Amino acid sequence: MRDFAALGLAAALAASPDPAAKPVAKAESLVQAEPPPFSEGIFPCSACHADQKNPEHRELAFHDEQQSVLAHGERWCLDCHDLDDRDRLRLASGVRVPFTESYKLCGQCHGDKLRDWRVGVHGKRVGRWDGQKTYFLCVNCHDPHSPRFKGVVTVEVGGKKTTRYTAERIRPEPRPKRPEEMAR
Amino acid sequence: MSGVLGFVRGSARLVFTGGRSYRIWMATLVAMIAVGVVGYSHQARLGLIATNMRDQVSWAFYIGNFTFLVGVAAAAVLLVIPAYVYQWKPLKEVAVLGELLAISALTMCLLFILVDMGRPDRFLHIAPLLGTPNWPRSMLTWDALVLNLYLAVNLVVVLYLLYKTYRGKAPDKLIFLTLVLLSIPVAISTHTVTAFLYNGMAARPYWNASILAPRFIASAFCSGPAVMIVLFKALRRTNELPIKDEAIWKIAELMAYAMFLNLFLLGAELFKEYYSATEHLLYTQYFWQGIGEHRTLVPYAWLSLACSVTAFFLFLVPLTRKNNVTLVLGCFLIWAGVYIEKGMGLIIPGMTPDTLGEIYEYSPSLTEWSVAVGVFGIGFMVFTVLVKIAVPILVGTFRADPSAGAAPSSLPAGSSAA
Amino acid sequence: MSARLPVLPDADAPGSGPDAPEATLDPSRRNFMKTASAGAALAALSACGLDVEDVFRKHFKELSRDELAKVLARVEKRNLEKFGKVTTVGAEGPRAGVQFGYGLDLSRCIGCRRCVYACVRENNQSRERPQIHWIRVLEMDKERGVDLAHAEQYYEPATVPRDGKFYMPVQCQHCENPPCVKACPTQATWKEPDGIVVIDYDWCIGCRCCMSACPYGARHFNWATPNLPAEELNPDQHYLGNRPRPKGVVEKCTFCIQRTRKGLYPACTEICPVGARKFGNLLDPESEIRKVMEMKRVFILKEELATHPQFFYFYAT
Repeated sequence: MRDFAALGLAAALAASPDPAAKPVAKAESLVQAEPPPFSEGIFPCSACHADQKNPEHRELAFHDEQQSVLAHGERWCLDCHDLDDRDRLRLASGVRVPFTESYKLCGQCHGDKLRDWRVGVHGKRVGRWDGQKTYFLCVNCHDPHSPRFKGVVTVEVGGKKTTRYTAERIRPEPRPKRPEEMAR
Repeated sequence: MSGVLGFVRGSARLVFTGGRSYRIWMATLVAMIAVGVVGYSHQARLGLIATNMRDQVSWAFYIGNFTFLVGVAAAAVLLVIPAYVYQWKPLKEVAVLGELLAISALTMCLLFILVDMGRPDRFLHIAPLLGTPNWPRSMLTWDALVLNLYLAVNLVVVLYLLYKTYRGKAPDKLIFLTLVLLSIPVAISTHTVTAFLYNGMAARPYWNASILAPRFIASAFCSGPAVMIVLFKALRRTNELPIKDEAIWKIAELMAYAMFLNLFLLGAELFKEYYSATEHLLYTQYFWQGIGEHRTLVPYAWLSLACSVTAFFLFLVPLTRKNNVTLVLGCFLIWAGVYIEKGMGLIIPGMTPDTLGEIYEYSPSLTEWSVAVGVFGIGFMVFTVLVKIAVPILVGTFRADPSAGAAPSSLPAGSSAA
Repeated sequence: MSARLPVLPDADAPGSGPDAPEATLDPSRRNFMKTASAGAALAALSACGLDVEDVFRKHFKELSRDELAKVLARVEKRNLEKFGKVTTVGAEGPRAGVQFGYGLDLSRCIGCRRCVYACVRENNQSRERPQIHWIRVLEMDKERGVDLAHAEQYYEPATVPRDGKFYMPVQCQHCENPPCVKACPTQATWKEPDGIVVIDYDWCIGCRCCMSACPYGARHFNWATPNLPAEELNPDQHYLGNRPRPKGVVEKCTFCIQRTRKGLYPACTEICPVGARKFGNLLDPESEIRKVMEMKRVFILKEELATHPQFFYFYAT
């Protein structure tokens, strides 16, 4: 309740718009955050996969890091990775999307997460509440091969800071001091 | 002007002369005050971190003492009502001493608030005109108002009565009675407002009970006059003031009824907490049983109850009420019982567990004890000085003109000291 | 912003100190007493770390534009003296059409406490003796749900979250009906038009009525002079926000008033690694917080106390 009667110029100042403040943005600009880095030398995938066309569901001799954690239900590599164009991902409809739009792929099954993420309810956003925001991709926090969240870490990609998922959980910051410990 | 000067000089002479026990008493008080000064300068330098108060228990020993002493101040009413409303002569002679106690207690109250504040240098921020008091929404502004008003009324009444009597004149009945009768609702309101200060905090379920204000009044009435009884007995012993047994016994009897009410209200609270057994029971439980291994206050809870119940019976039964030894014992017991119940027994359980369920077991630090000792030293010093001046005036040995008013004329014109 | 400070009267000049105690003193002695006591008063004030102009100041809401500029300049000067760093202390007012709201996703919070320490760095809290955290993270059992009596604040596992536990951070709820504002005897704390409940640290008398009145344990006291290393001082400050506080006053979360009134997210919202924190303008239908309220079921703490917090907890999943 604002029950203190406004007195003097200071109150008038408070009511009038601050000259330094920016107007509330009508159309927010959303900037994508830097995606997490690929493993060294992995991209472009077509460098190795130019003519590998075996679609059979099998255990691979390479990509151990992803295979060992693959915990994505009944899925396997080629459910998401396109057989013909390994530099892109494949939606269920057959449409190919670049890695920067990987959320479209995740959103096929995780529709409620996509819906929430689109309006900023799910996932992280930084920047301005009244203007430009940077949003993070699913893969900034979730390993697409083992999506259940474990931890994240800040990394630098081409001079830009972004986040990358980790396989280990996060270590908490120190606990607060108890009142008995306060004077020490 | 010379009249006032003579009054001041005479008073100073009275204060600085006395027998051996008086000197020892005053020396003790000076030592207590010195301890307080040392403690407070340590606290002023370090900050309130010198106490054991923390965010989890942010009001404690100082505020507990303050609460108890507001009750003591309000208890002067227990003398004033029979004396001036019911015109009961035996108490009329000595009612003013109750007002002296009120002044001393109020001094201690204001000092305890001052030592508890983080920024006592900014106390003017609460004053009207100079500051911005959050009146009427903040209960503390009401508390500041009524406490200072009660102090002012008592000071005016006492100074007026004593000075007039000193000059051998009778105080103007109209002015005097108006002020005295005004002091009754003001006294009740001081303690009610202090109760409301805690009562109004929805965040503290232990305090947020309608029963708090009645409990405060009941416990005030049964504890404050205990000091008066002890004082009256001491004054009688030194033959300074002929106080009738009736007066003393009547006070003790009224205290017994107040204590009954106090115990009844306590029982009502305990029933509600233990029978309904909501999560709010935790605070009461912390005080009387402890929670898990947290049991610091439990011995004090039961000690307080034992003292209060014993004192109740000592005052209720005429045999023990009229016996010197048991009466004085009852006074000490009732003081101890209510001191614990109203001081630490009200503030600490109100904050333990804290608002987010954390239990921090508080007990006062050495600094808090020292400062409290100092404040009590100042309070008792004020009381001693006032009584040392007042009694000779009431008895008739301290007068402006020694020839006039040799007989005791401590009462308004028209009544006689039988 | 940096106005010249008015020159304080010379201690040797005839001052306005208390009058000579006795009429019997001769005139020269009386003058000496006057100036000596004025000098003593000034010396005493400055020895206690007090500025004469601070003592005779008006309430923040009563300050004129010029007076406010002087006050801010004084704070900047004090910062420079104490920390040896140049700081900017602003007093940006609220924007029209803005009501801040906060959302906290309990299904996401992992109890990592990054928010706690980001807040400490952003808002210049005392690091130790006393250690002040504006955010308290409570660990509770999933089986019991929100049960404050069994909450644990001092958890220190190797990694978070612990199995079977969930985490609930608590900070100032910026209530619509704040009991702290009601209880404060000097109006040192009040609710701003954009919803932020603020404290003027130079008006607070340290009585701690507000701390007793707050049902959320959100208010914290400077039990001693704050310990803030100069190299960790955040120089971008707001008068009602993150400027360094003196001993003996209350402080609490201000929704990072120095950031949010410039359109930025609070520090806790930005640092949260899992995006559990949502902040925005409740009056903007496109804001995240409005979306949260439309799409999820929000609840508030201690609803029965009718404080109407603007801090909404929800479970996204």
